Amino acid sequence: MGVLEGKFEENVFITSVDWLFNWARSNSPWPLSFGLACCAIEMMATGAARYDLARFGAEVFRGTPRQADVMIVAGTVTMKMATRIKRLYAQMPEPKYVISMGSCSNNGGPYWQYGYHVLKGVDEVIPVDVYVPGCPPRPESLLEGLIQLQKKIRQETIAKPKGSKGAA
Amino acid sequence: MKPDEIAALLGAQFGAKILESKPSPLSPWSVVDPAEILPVCRFLRDDERLRMDHLECLAGVDYKDRIEVVYVLYSMTHRHRYALKCLLPRESARLNSVESIWGAANWHEREAYDLLGIVFEGHSDLRRILLPDDWEGHPLRRDYKFPTSYRDMPV
Amino acid sequence: MEAEYTGDVMTLNMGPQHPSTHGVLRLELKTDGEVVAEAIPHIGYLHRCFEKHAENIEYPGVVPFTDRMDYCAAMNMELGYVLAVEKLMGIEVNNRVRCIRIIMAELNRIASHLIAAGTYGNDMGSFTPFLWCFRDRETILDIFEETCGARLLYNYNWIGGLMCDVLPGFEKRVIDFIDYFEPQVDNLNKLLSDNYIFIKRTANVGIMPPELAINYGVTGPNLRGSGIKFDVRKDEPYLGYEEYDFDVAIGRGEHGPIGSCWDRYMVRIREVKESCKIVRQAVAKMTPGDVQESIPKRIKPAAGEVYHRTECPRGELGYYIVSDGSLKPYRVKVKSPCFTVMGAFRKISRGAMIADIIAILGSVDVVLGEIDR
Repeated sequence: MGVLEGKFEENVFITSVDWLFNWARSNSPWPLSFGLACCAIEMMATGAARYDLARFGAEVFRGTPRQADVMIVAGTVTMKMATRIKRLYAQMPEPKYVISMGSCSNNGGPYWQYGYHVLKGVDEVIPVDVYVPGCPPRPESLLEGLIQLQKKIRQETIAKPKGSKGAA
Repeated sequence: MKPDEIAALLGAQFGAKILESKPSPLSPWSVVDPAEILPVCRFLRDDERLRMDHLECLAGVDYKDRIEVVYVLYSMTHRHRYALKCLLPRESARLNSVESIWGAANWHEREAYDLLGIVFEGHSDLRRILLPDDWEGHPLRRDYKFPTSYRDMPV
Repeated sequence: MEAEYTGDVMTLNMGPQHPSTHGVLRLELKTDGEVVAEAIPHIGYLHRCFEKHAENIEYPGVVPFTDRMDYCAAMNMELGYVLAVEKLMGIEVNNRVRCIRIIMAELNRIASHLIAAGTYGNDMGSFTPFLWCFRDRETILDIFEETCGARLLYNYNWIGGLMCDVLPGFEKRVIDFIDYFEPQVDNLNKLLSDNYIFIKRTANVGIMPPELAINYGVTGPNLRGSGIKFDVRKDEPYLGYEEYDFDVAIGRGEHGPIGSCWDRYMVRIREVKESCKIVRQAVAKMTPGDVQESIPKRIKPAAGEVYHRTECPRGELGYYIVSDGSLKPYRVKVKSPCFTVMGAFRKISRGAMIADIIAILGSVDVVLGEIDR
């Protein structure tokens, strides 16, 4: 809803509209299927029957970034892949979020010391909203990460940021 | 065939081109003159008693004074294994490609080129395989200096 | 299959991010309409510098890095490395360690083949086998988690022994699982393997002739799918496999020519049944003992080199280890079965349609972590 953002001061109508948009966005974060390495297997296990990811709204893993809300970077990011990640992130439409799953995408993981080809953390190239630690994180950890992301989304607002003057 | 029989056969066929042999049961190998690697490999693959039709592993090892290329060969018909080694100088590591003998060598040689800088002459498509095409240096060399950044990303 | 290519050839990128590339593989497809003239694989998107780490870290510390190469079958990757170092040092482990190692390796083989079957069904358009396979795999992961604390990457096989002993009741849990699981394989066959659509999509596609397979160094289920009866566990047994009674599954070409995608897939399903047999025998052979009695105080092999291979679910995994007599390996070279089979991918995918490329890729069951190391 880019046309509405930043136009209004905080008021009671905005809070209701905020609540509606945030409810819609947080309850259906469609992930981009972006499994890189071992964490991808745990992500698939989270989407399978025992740790069902669909009950949190992340039912469909989209194949294309243009239809996805959240990019779960699951696995080690290498230099060769980092250029592609920048492009994929740019292709995602707003509002977009990034969950960094696993210690490799948090900060390089076990490859921090001698990994000449490993990017030490995906936040070197794209902004990250939630970090999920683990190697690999248990499916419950990923679900917790998704719930934290949902909490973060629910705090968003389309009102003008406090202290700013004029239109956005 | 036992390793010492294979070593004896190779020695009988190629004489002085086999520089050294160590047919130990744990890990038998022979050092071959690098210029003669193609005829030796072809003999190993085509001879009836040897039939080494499976290239198991092609490894490059960087020692302080030389680079070794190790070919671990196995025979599916006779179920025996033998290794060949070629010793190359570190500054100019060049060797003939055995891609025409075993198709598996195509990708293995590309990897040895990528990580160690060994150039295989006669290879159909010698370019980097694991690292990006504009990467500088060959990482598995002992004197490799880790780069500080690649395309503005810190390493 | 050579086809006539008329018209312009278009280059299409089945890029590193794609729902069905089983990891970060880039396939450069040169297509003439819907028929693919060349499918050139580009790898390296997951190159995590394993061999450089292995040169700088002490022998026991390399084991967790071997886990992460083929993450679907971590026990087998560790086993290959640990057996190579034990061969170099001349360490013999006791019967209990051997039996537990075999049980863990075979259970992990079942888990890995379940992932292969589930994701292959997913690629072909059916979601239910994916859920069934992952559900059964969860029980195996529960057994692993009870024993060593981790679901996917274990660090359980140590040089000279194991990280810790199994809990009481382990044998019963394993046998209960095998009893429950063997009929599930028949259910999976009814759902997927004997499914008319699945057979139509896979049985005449991606034919790998046996001579090509041997020349390109293909091993494992991909080689056995072409009808060649070769399994490292039978030909060069390790860990006491010569005392176990099991068959080697090969592709027989029931639907279409031998060496098709369906054959390779079916070899994996048959291997799962053979693994169940092996696990039963291993549980029966288990004896009490100390799993850490053969672990040396310092892992410092004498100078030398060794090449050792094991049968991991994707093929023949080889470790070439050079030791200079110090605490850290001088060189560890991994011969990865998936790397070798991707070298042959270009040959077997010529002339296929774009949708068939996905069928071929699923049937060779690659894991990019092992290819790129």
